Amino acid sequence: MSQIQLWTLVFVVLTFGVYIYIAYASRVSSTAGFYIASGGVPAPANGAAIAADWMSAASFISLAGIVAFTGNGYAGSVYLMGWTGGYVLLALLLAPYLRKFGKYTIPDFVGDRYSESARLVAVVAAIVISFVYVAGQMAGVGLVFQRFLGVGTVAGVILGMVIVFFYAVLGGMKGITWTQVAQYSVLIVAYLIPAVAISVQLSGIPVPQIGFGQILAELDGLQRDLGFEAYTAAFTQTNMLNMVLITAALMFGTAGLPHVIVRFYTAKSVRAARYSALWALFFIALLYTSAPAIGAFSKLNFIDQIAGTRIDATPTWFNTWSDVGLITLDDANGNGLIDYGPGGGELTVNNDIMVLAAPEIAGLPAPVVGLVAAGALAAALSTASGLLLVISSSVANDVYYKRINPRATEARQLLVGRIAMGAAILVAGYLGINPPGFVAQVVALAFGLAAASFFPILVLGIFWKKTTAMGATAGLVAGLVTTMAYMLWTIDIYGDGEGILGIAETGFGTVGMLINFVVTIVVSQFTPKPSPAMQELVEEIRYPGKSKLVAAHAEGHLDETAAEEGIIDEPPSGRAGRD
Amino acid sequence: MDTAQRSEYWRRNLRLMSVLLAIWALVSFGAGILFVDLLNQIVVLGFPLGFWFAQQGSILVFVILIAVYVWRMDKLDAEFGIDEYEEEVHHS
Repeated sequence: MSQIQLWTLVFVVLTFGVYIYIAYASRVSSTAGFYIASGGVPAPANGAAIAADWMSAASFISLAGIVAFTGNGYAGSVYLMGWTGGYVLLALLLAPYLRKFGKYTIPDFVGDRYSESARLVAVVAAIVISFVYVAGQMAGVGLVFQRFLGVGTVAGVILGMVIVFFYAVLGGMKGITWTQVAQYSVLIVAYLIPAVAISVQLSGIPVPQIGFGQILAELDGLQRDLGFEAYTAAFTQTNMLNMVLITAALMFGTAGLPHVIVRFYTAKSVRAARYSALWALFFIALLYTSAPAIGAFSKLNFIDQIAGTRIDATPTWFNTWSDVGLITLDDANGNGLIDYGPGGGELTVNNDIMVLAAPEIAGLPAPVVGLVAAGALAAALSTASGLLLVISSSVANDVYYKRINPRATEARQLLVGRIAMGAAILVAGYLGINPPGFVAQVVALAFGLAAASFFPILVLGIFWKKTTAMGATAGLVAGLVTTMAYMLWTIDIYGDGEGILGIAETGFGTVGMLINFVVTIVVSQFTPKPSPAMQELVEEIRYPGKSKLVAAHAEGHLDETAAEEGIIDEPPSGRAGRD
Repeated sequence: MDTAQRSEYWRRNLRLMSVLLAIWALVSFGAGILFVDLLNQIVVLGFPLGFWFAQQGSILVFVILIAVYVWRMDKLDAEFGIDEYEEEVHHS
């Protein structure tokens, strides 16, 4: 066993031990605890949990490489702005109001505010989006085990499943949240140590966000010499229209993803929900501002150490990573030198290497490499558990309890939730071991779908009292259908059509979102308005203090209470309140 | 809160939101994309400014925007006498 493997093992065993201890300490016995940690998580902890939930294996391992290697540099900005800018929308437009509404799931809000058919569409969308994501996380767990510990992918995934099973089934949202707080700490330390070390090496400045500027001129020059466009030059790969549309789709998609929105239900109060959003973005920004710096530093190192080097004189790390297939070299012209240029030249470099190999490239000691492995596992496991909770709560709360057996006791609901969680983990593990080929593409598209479906009807549901059930359902369907149709038409594995105005399939979600807004608003003009009591309820969720209607609505006598309060004349005959 | 107070509270919330969202759009879509070439003419600490907004500045401003929102909303709540927040989780 090498030094690196030994240290990796030490950190993995240590961190997994902590996760299991937290799981045991925060086991739950109520549905409120299982679904939303009883709405009792303090803001900084909730923020760290949101950040860990949000930053997946892809953010941790691939982001720096996507920015620096797939693009010339600038084009990757869509991910940096898109995956952080959405939190401004969440904080200002959704978090406080959804917390005031105070339910378990996003379909809960959609179903209560609009209609049962809207609830069903929401459930299906939430489950599909979450499964697509979770498959990628489990595959990430397998990858790390294989590369750092030499364990087979299958064994790695199964180990990951067992750990998640332990804390997610036992502790539900409460266990997941507190484990995520620990996981955030592990992953951010693991990310920042190599970032700072490389920044010091290359720029002499210990803050990567600043040191990054010192090398840009040199990097621009190196890229031009090799025949690339300059690192900082704009619109060399993605035109302005697509930059705008893709960034917007990622932002609005972030604000429409069920596993992110649900986290604001776990906050202690409306005020804590606002602070949770602030803490979350702060914690996320630590990694998201470091990632482009790591990307640029590594690219400089990479070009410097590799381009034009004799093939038999490559550095050790190059050989280590080409052994596991992350770098492939094909000396096409047989000159014995590595020719690196536009399109890769004789090199094929996997994006993941920028973070995984960064400590070795910078010559950092073995414990740091082990820590990075533990950090990548923390990122994958924390995101997986948050997604699994959405699946479990959608099945157990929105389908089983709301549709199949509304008389189920709390113990029974909790049991169904745990069984759903266990089943979801098994499916996720299977998908992780046998990932469908299109997962990576679908994950990018999931943002477009979330932007085109959930975001408009949530925002309108809060900000426009007269949004009707039929309007929202029509908008939801219109946005979803047009976006999916466009994606199927343009994406290369299906239709490979040219699209309209050259709009990228990842950016079309923005157009779908606008369609959703327009359809919802237009149809709402011509369909029966929400009941006066419902309009009054929407009014009430806009104010953070305690109020009567929200509680009355939950207990099923919204109309009666509204009548008592003099908001409406008398409850409508027949079945009152919510169904 | 009576009806007049409520509409005043909501109006001020909407005004704060509009200002913050305008800045949100300006730094990301504006400085980071639409005006990137123009801003790249200016170099600060080694960063072409448009590139900096796209990869660092916009994220920094996003954090500040939420901080300002949280701070101003706390003040607004205090002004309207909201000192007790909804903490219940309602479920049936």
